[in-house]
Amino acid sequence: MCLAVPMRVIEIKDNEAVVELGGLKQKINLGLLEKIDVGDYVIVHAGFAIQKLDEEEAEKTLSFLREMAEKL
Amino acid sequence: MANRGKILLAHGGGGKLMHELVEGLFKEKFSNEILDELTDSAVIKSLPSKDSYLCFTTDSYIVNPLIFPGGDIGKLAICGTINDLAVMGAKPLFISTGFIIEEGLDYELLEKITQSMAEIAAQEGVKIVTGDLKVVEKNCADKLFINTSGIGVGDRRVNLSKKEIVPGDKVIINGPIGEHGLAILAARGDFDFQAEIVSDCVPLTDLIQKVVNLLQSASQSAEIRGIKFMRDPTRGGLATTLNEVVSGMNFGIKIFEEDIPVKEEVKALCEIIGFDPLYVANEGKVMIIAAEEDTEVILEMMRDHPLGKGSQIIGQIIESPKEKVIMKTKIGGSRIIDMLVGDQLPRIC
Amino acid sequence: MRYIDEYRDPGLIQMLMTKIDHLQQHYPKELFLMEVCGTHTMAIFRSGLRNLLPKNIRLLSGPGCPVCVTPNHYLDKAIAYTRRDDVIITTFGDMIKVPGSSSSLEKEKGRGGDIRVVYSVMDALKIAQEYPGKNIIFLGIGFETTAPTLAATIKMAKEKNIQNFSVFSGHKLIPPAMQALVGAKELHIDGFICPGHVSTIIGGRPYGFIAREYKIPCVVAGFEPLDIVQAIFMLIQQIVNQDPPSVRIQYTRSVKEEGNPKALDLMEEVFEIKDSEWRGIGDIPESGLKIRGNFSSFDAEVNIEVEVEDTKENKGCICGPILRGIKTPLDCKLFKKGCSPENPIGACMVSSEGTCAAYFKYGD
Repeated sequence: MCLAVPMRVIEIKDNEAVVELGGLKQKINLGLLEKIDVGDYVIVHAGFAIQKLDEEEAEKTLSFLREMAEKL
Repeated sequence: MANRGKILLAHGGGGKLMHELVEGLFKEKFSNEILDELTDSAVIKSLPSKDSYLCFTTDSYIVNPLIFPGGDIGKLAICGTINDLAVMGAKPLFISTGFIIEEGLDYELLEKITQSMAEIAAQEGVKIVTGDLKVVEKNCADKLFINTSGIGVGDRRVNLSKKEIVPGDKVIINGPIGEHGLAILAARGDFDFQAEIVSDCVPLTDLIQKVVNLLQSASQSAEIRGIKFMRDPTRGGLATTLNEVVSGMNFGIKIFEEDIPVKEEVKALCEIIGFDPLYVANEGKVMIIAAEEDTEVILEMMRDHPLGKGSQIIGQIIESPKEKVIMKTKIGGSRIIDMLVGDQLPRIC
Repeated sequence: MRYIDEYRDPGLIQMLMTKIDHLQQHYPKELFLMEVCGTHTMAIFRSGLRNLLPKNIRLLSGPGCPVCVTPNHYLDKAIAYTRRDDVIITTFGDMIKVPGSSSSLEKEKGRGGDIRVVYSVMDALKIAQEYPGKNIIFLGIGFETTAPTLAATIKMAKEKNIQNFSVFSGHKLIPPAMQALVGAKELHIDGFICPGHVSTIIGGRPYGFIAREYKIPCVVAGFEPLDIVQAIFMLIQQIVNQDPPSVRIQYTRSVKEEGNPKALDLMEEVFEIKDSEWRGIGDIPESGLKIRGNFSSFDAEVNIEVEVEDTKENKGCICGPILRGIKTPLDCKLFKKGCSPENPIGACMVSSEGTCAAYFKYGD
């Protein structure tokens, strides 16, 4: 019940956005989120953005793990 | 020709309208010395020699929509039949075409599809020598169904059989998978995607014949041993074809996820709707199982050919587990790859 | 693919596996971790993670598969709806092959039922606008990830005054099901891998009671292999260090403590909580969603009359115990003997993420 994918916002019009992944474009609904800008990444489920992807946290997760790898 | 607008029931009735359609459209586009006789059966006088064998195949095409990025039902039908012959090592020569048309189909659409068929056939040196035409009432067929049967001729020295496959043989694919099935899905317009995914529908004879001839000239012995088996992974995808290979045999196949070529857009669409590219239909791919010692030279030749630029070795034949296809995943784990059951459906889970 | 491929890094996954191995040496006892969400079950099988983990870490599949826990009665009613001439059923693909008491949506399609697979509930709304003479019913299956999308669409339908669109709500809630599982005390569970996208909506707080009252640690995990392995590592760390059990978030790029407040508000506005029947578990109080009175014109159960056949359950099917994690498909007499993906007897086999389907497809 959890198939959702991070996609990049390339266009916004009212409550809808065009998002992109790997060259593929899709029209989705932004009605579940507040402020989204072009260039943001959103988590897309069943045609809706359910969350804005926190890019800082995404990097933190990876750098934390990479540091762990270096220490090993 | 009268009534160019739509195909009517009368066009299949055996009378004047049908003759006008057959002569004015099919004979006109497919013309060759055999078809032009318009006899009840095609008469083929040039028989293969004792050093050759006959290949014979049939297929029906029911694709919806009739026209999609990369082709149409006509192109699909001719390429599909040509490829079924080519993967047996045969040169496709003659094709029959049967049309079942739902009344009300646009004549122009039928003409476009027929033209596609004629073009591919001409390009490949294949003659459409006989055919049939029926028109059914509205809702008794989905716009247009096409059946094609094909005859090809192969060289007896080419011995393609699952029985020739041994552990150590390699599995090669000529390019990225998963394009045709997704192109059809995107073309249906059920989902709000804009994808540049184009069907890979193409006749593969030239590529396959070059590989076969390469080994023929390299081989000193009477038999060509390099290629063991070939198949084109259509419905059910590569996964289903690999399972068909191991079925009933005393070997298995191991493939490597990181070696399987998949285009970015195909990957992306699969992620979004929950499909697995291994199970998506292809129409321009050939899976070749080759002897380990011949693999490099085959791969080089394939990559040099326009239809094989993306060729990769994706796996190998293994002793065990028998009759199973296993995949080493990108992260170093492994999983069993089963045959497709039913259809893949877009999911939210 | 950005923010996907990085979380499939084989090097980082191997590194975490090594660390998990080290921890296990200090704590060789068997550990039972339950992945609540069916999408996690599938991700674990598909990535090949299952056979990379040490043998004494046992992964149990939980009831987080909305198709698997939908009772026969719901399917039977959906089938009854589809037999009305004026109805078009719209559904996610997941539901098409699920067997009801005597039929399935796939079989009904073969009999001429107008059943359409959609990717989004918004597509169903569009179909309603295209077919003003028909009643479009959307099968509302899913958990808290999907329910907000329905809430938003129902609101939109009200604003646009679309009169021929309704939802047959079968939505369920995850935390009450987890409570039922731990409360039943049938299973020994050492840690929960919590569903990353449900939690994107509800946040980490709703799982607090599991750590506080039942003393079981929880980690909210993403769905890429690296996310899942990191979550397992975080759980085992807590257990080995004997930390006081808590809820931690691994999937921080998507899950906030407070979840998605706007989505939660929309859900609250359109739905109310009710008791719900879960296949294999039984009735769980306050675990389902019902459309509120002021939106009842969009509630299929209020507006569209049908007669539903008596529910029949297949006696040999042990989907129930499998969903509760106390048995595996290998324990089922019907597994591969009469029950297969082509001919599913229970929902666990037909659901794309059902435990039985995973075992069948991917092997053990």
